[in-house]
Amino acid sequence: MAMSQTKRVLTPVENTPTEIAVSARNITKNYGAVEALKDLTLEFPRGQLTSLLGPSGCGKTTLLKIIAGLLKTTSGEVEVNGKAVTGPGPNRAFVFQDFALLPWATVLRNVAFGLELRGVARSEREARAEKYIKDVGLAGFEQSYPHELSGGMRQRVGLARALSVDAQVLLMDEPFSAVDEQTRRKFQEDLLSLVQNENKTFIFVTHSIEEAVYVSDQIAILLPRPSRVSEVIRPSGFRNKGIDNIRRDPEYLDIVDNIWASLRSYVE
Amino acid sequence: MYVFGYRLPGLSSLLIWGLLWEIVGRAELTFFVPPLSEVLRTLVAIIGTPPFIKALSETAYAFSGGVFAAIVIGVPLGILMGRSRLLDELLLPWANMFLSAPLTALVPVLMVLFGFGMKAIIITTALFAIWIIILNSRAGVRQINRSLVEMAHSFGASPVDAFFKIYFWAALPEILGGVRIGIIRAVKGVIIGQLLISIVGFGALFELYSANFLMAHFWAVLLVLFALAFSISEFLAYLERKVAYYAAKR
Repeated sequence: MAMSQTKRVLTPVENTPTEIAVSARNITKNYGAVEALKDLTLEFPRGQLTSLLGPSGCGKTTLLKIIAGLLKTTSGEVEVNGKAVTGPGPNRAFVFQDFALLPWATVLRNVAFGLELRGVARSEREARAEKYIKDVGLAGFEQSYPHELSGGMRQRVGLARALSVDAQVLLMDEPFSAVDEQTRRKFQEDLLSLVQNENKTFIFVTHSIEEAVYVSDQIAILLPRPSRVSEVIRPSGFRNKGIDNIRRDPEYLDIVDNIWASLRSYVE
Repeated sequence: MYVFGYRLPGLSSLLIWGLLWEIVGRAELTFFVPPLSEVLRTLVAIIGTPPFIKALSETAYAFSGGVFAAIVIGVPLGILMGRSRLLDELLLPWANMFLSAPLTALVPVLMVLFGFGMKAIIITTALFAIWIIILNSRAGVRQINRSLVEMAHSFGASPVDAFFKIYFWAALPEILGGVRIGIIRAVKGVIIGQLLISIVGFGALFELYSANFLMAHFWAVLLVLFALAFSISEFLAYLERKVAYYAAKR
């Protein structure tokens, strides 16, 4: 067991230095006597997708909400574009696990809601919302209500809402865990093209090893009680071979196996 | 309901009860129950007469004043209680106590405090309605999906925005349910107020008719009152059904 937890970086970090969009420094978070995060430091390169992966209760969502400004740290700080985070801000947008849609509002209003809260005029915010509704493939559903949509479509609404505020950093809290397997695969493929086409920084919480390896430029493995980053993996070989070839690439399979080997002992 | 394959319209069971009433009335078992047809004839005769209009407007005034106060105070207070632990600890025991307390016993105290006029009646009405409105609004806010609140927060909602765009709407099904039950209780409150505090409005008519054994008149006014309370309650139930589609999915 102990052997498998050695901190081995599978592939060397690329030579080209990437700019850091978000950095978390020495984050400690206590809930009463419980240490959720302890002295956690992690950097998120701009324009890339970083996954936070770990067993349940390892504080991945806590870290994400701290970056979002929804939770305060006990000590340590988060910087986005060099500025310390003190609360939610327009440079970050959040995608929720349970979608967090307003059930009394149409798809159009839900997608425009982030802009509505920021005081954008109605005609402008609806025009922008319509564009993103089309981008996520929901054209024609503008006047539908969330309860009329499937789980996958609801998360597309959540994604369109996060995209429409045009934040540089997208924070995604297990966004595909509440949708079915086939929809999830489609989402993962769409996410890859989103990362390529939009110059945004994605921070993605998941508990699925395969999902993390499939979509990520960088995977941070968090180990629990108290959480810290145990290793950072940067897959490099299979990203350009096309989405259909990723799942049978030897490097992909090796990384999945290695991560499972190091997480296995933490799963009850 | 279906009888011999025919679908009966809603409330058709009332016909049977109406018929039973007519038979009991015609059998002259008791002076207390005149036949329904006589009651309805009396109803047509007294509706539109100045004493009836006066009673109706006085009752409507006290009723709407009391209900308005109960809603305007009760809904925000309930929402605030649902959000603030401190306020909740302070006020919840009182709300629960007054909800089940026999408020009629308090009416004499209100008469001492607020006099023998309309003011005391309005306050009695509000007191009957407000507690369930507070408790339902509170319950509505407390079951809000946490991630809706976080969502609003993460997109930079101000407290005022969060209150009017999230909390109010998310709690609306419970709020409407509370208002509907509160209004039914307010009908009770306004009549008790009019009977105990000062003899005005429908309370005065009841007093007058029953003292003079004018049973057909008595029942006619009672029917009007039942019909009014029932219509208001049904209207609110209709509003409730309009928001029911999201009540289960918040």
